[in-house]
Amino acid sequence: MERRDFLRNAAFAAAGTFVVPAFMKPFEALALDELSLYKNLVVVQLSGGNDGLNTVVPFGNDIYYQMRKNIAIPKDEVIKLNDMQGLNPNLNCLRELYDQGWMSIINDVGYPNPDRSHFRSMDIWQTASDANQYLSTGWIGRYLDSNCETCKFPYTAIEVDDSLSLAMKGAGKKGIALKDPATLFRNTNEPFFREMVNSDKEHLDEDNLGYLYKTMIETSSSASYIQNTSKLYHPNYTYPATAFSNQLKTVANFICSGLKTRVYYVSLSGFDTHVNQNNQQGRLLQQYAEGMNAFIKDLKQNNKLDDTLVISFSEFGRRVAQNASNGTDHGTANNMFVFGGKLKKQGIFNPAPNLANLDNGDLKYQIDFREVYGTILDKWLDVNNGQVLNKRFNTLDFI
Amino acid sequence: MDRKDNFVNIKHLYNRAGFGISYPDLHQLSRKRWSKAVDKLFMPIQLGAELHTVTVEEFKAQQLLLASLNGKKEQTPEEKQQREEITKTRNEKNRDLNINWVQQMIATENPLLEKMTLFWHGHFSCRSNNPFYDQQLNNIQRDNALGNFRTLLMEVSKSPAMLDYLNNQQNRKGHPNENFSRELMELFTLGRGNYTEADVKEAARSFTGWAYNKNSEFEFNPKVHDDQPKVFFGQTGAFTGEDIIDKILQKTETATFICRKLYVFFVNDTPDPHHIQELAGYFYDQKYDISAVMKKMFTADWFYHPENMGNKIKSPVEFLVGLSREFKVTYNKPQILIQLQSSLGQYLFNPPNVAGWPGGRNWIDSSSLMLRMKIPSLVLNDGILDFEGKADPEDEAVIALNRKAKPKPVKSYINAQANWDQFLASLPKDMKQAELAAFLLEPAIGKKISDLVDRNTHLKNTAIAVTSMPEYQLC
Repeated sequence: MERRDFLRNAAFAAAGTFVVPAFMKPFEALALDELSLYKNLVVVQLSGGNDGLNTVVPFGNDIYYQMRKNIAIPKDEVIKLNDMQGLNPNLNCLRELYDQGWMSIINDVGYPNPDRSHFRSMDIWQTASDANQYLSTGWIGRYLDSNCETCKFPYTAIEVDDSLSLAMKGAGKKGIALKDPATLFRNTNEPFFREMVNSDKEHLDEDNLGYLYKTMIETSSSASYIQNTSKLYHPNYTYPATAFSNQLKTVANFICSGLKTRVYYVSLSGFDTHVNQNNQQGRLLQQYAEGMNAFIKDLKQNNKLDDTLVISFSEFGRRVAQNASNGTDHGTANNMFVFGGKLKKQGIFNPAPNLANLDNGDLKYQIDFREVYGTILDKWLDVNNGQVLNKRFNTLDFI
Repeated sequence: MDRKDNFVNIKHLYNRAGFGISYPDLHQLSRKRWSKAVDKLFMPIQLGAELHTVTVEEFKAQQLLLASLNGKKEQTPEEKQQREEITKTRNEKNRDLNINWVQQMIATENPLLEKMTLFWHGHFSCRSNNPFYDQQLNNIQRDNALGNFRTLLMEVSKSPAMLDYLNNQQNRKGHPNENFSRELMELFTLGRGNYTEADVKEAARSFTGWAYNKNSEFEFNPKVHDDQPKVFFGQTGAFTGEDIIDKILQKTETATFICRKLYVFFVNDTPDPHHIQELAGYFYDQKYDISAVMKKMFTADWFYHPENMGNKIKSPVEFLVGLSREFKVTYNKPQILIQLQSSLGQYLFNPPNVAGWPGGRNWIDSSSLMLRMKIPSLVLNDGILDFEGKADPEDEAVIALNRKAKPKPVKSYINAQANWDQFLASLPKDMKQAELAAFLLEPAIGKKISDLVDRNTHLKNTAIAVTSMPEYQLC
């Protein structure tokens, strides 16, 4: 048996007990990078409906300039990636990542019968449902429920926020939300809470009270595990001083400290740019790009980039034509960004949006977002995507 | 039934049918026959239960102004300002409406009425950015909460909020929009498997022309109504929307579907097919009389069986209202009630989708449980809430306009007062710590809890400790 495999198996054997068996102890002394045997997925949610056409600009298409007289990004300002598409100048910090082959752009990702309500469309993206289907569990939650070899821990999925998104909720298992490991650790170590956790194991039945106690006990052990593991790592990379970068920095610390978490979820909001779009979107894109640049380079420096895959999405793109307020209204298909050290297809993954063939003024999708999820589930998280997505989706070759 | 059972059962009844009960009320009711306690819940409704946060004059003036603004191609800075004002007022009124309802639940003398309204609010799940429409739908749900289901269903279906939410304004002859027709059958009445795709398509044709006017009233528009024959449930006729609703109600599956949802909401997360059938048969025979079926539920033996007691996870609103009611909490900054709902995952008037809140264990994850266990000490002790929660997706546009580079501060003072004098005075003089714990919790208290609270010397500390326990999340 390879040493890595042995470590992996031994770690699984300890799952559910939270106590490291005696024979595992020596491994705690291993170098940090050897402790992390896990591939990580980081999901970045851009809330509000990011305008994909002003993010990855189709500068080679005249229709774009005709339909966006006041808000189109001038050709000479675009960071050109090929003859057709280029990045918004506020994404300048992504250029470096793109040139290193750590970034891929998937054009026109969407789903049939798209919904233009923020709420509903975000619901669809988070639950991976059809447009006319209502699911009460999220796609990452169902990955946790699948009980695969790689997702047994209550801290398998972490959202860096106060509250947990639907995406992270399964029927039986749920991710854990925390903004800062020290705060969660402190909260679970308040005397009253400790007393509740320690006082009683008799309640661990299958009933609702048992479920509450189980949640409480798992929260407490996860909080200890996360705090005690992550504090061993001393961050050595400087991030911009934004809330978004702080989330990414927290994730990087978790990854670099060797936390056995597999999925991380962060978000950046404010993309609903109906009015005077360019300044607002520009500011957000800059925050996004600066944060991602620091994050990816931090991971690279710590030899974690090859084990990490980052995707970013928004609930919908925006209409191709601008509106009368120098903004854009809710649309449909949108581009997704993928980052990682081991991308199979780097750069632009598929053809640019066809602006001459629209559906009632909206982009037609080329790729179902569940094919992107399906690819990640199959090839990165090692679980059959049909089990999580309720039906089988084709996989793509970006990884 | 002896006195002690009576005490426990009436507490259970009021936890489920309302938002808990005060000690003196429980003490008094438990002296009487238990059927009296059930009857009391169905007492004639006091007047003035409707919400009137937005007046009809206010609404009409706003509509008029909006219509004139919409008519213009170019807007002056003043007109842009006016439009922004309208959006701002609407957002404020939406919050006021929410707070007024929560305060009404906290103060109400008709707990069953408000609880049923909450049930229908989740059943006929809807979102609107116009607070007047929201208020109108909420009042329909309250006016008919214990009335007849046919009337309720018809009025909800004809409310501007629902017509708008499920796109029936766009449902026109030749261009049917199936959204309303589909959700009507899938989520409001029959449930999946009891109709075909063809039924959805045909019913959508019958609802063409169902619309509302500028006064927020239902208006049938014959010009866009498809009056040709339709085939629905195998029958052919030029059915109107009303006909379709009646045909849906003729199916016993509708009674079963509604009773199943009532059962899961009021009795147990795990549906018992026999009990549900018992209710559904009665509901159907009583021509969809909601009061009748609820009374049947609350007087059924199985409603008081141990497996149906102390095992339901309170929804965030049940939790907040129950706590505030028990301790007569005054919120000096009622805005916090919205933050709490949102952080706990049940922001009234903002359900996740037309299927409503999934409920049960879906309410609980690590962070929501931690927050629930923390809230009593914050609310009852006037603490600081260190929890920001997520932005509502509908607020993204506001965030887009206002967002500063720096994150906003996340601490908010709860600024609430419990009426401890009144609460403590309402308890028996010689009450033991464990007795108070047993009163405040529905699950039976074991040695662990009694040991824990016995160390306290003040009932106030026991009350705060007990309401902070996982057991308090159940009713």
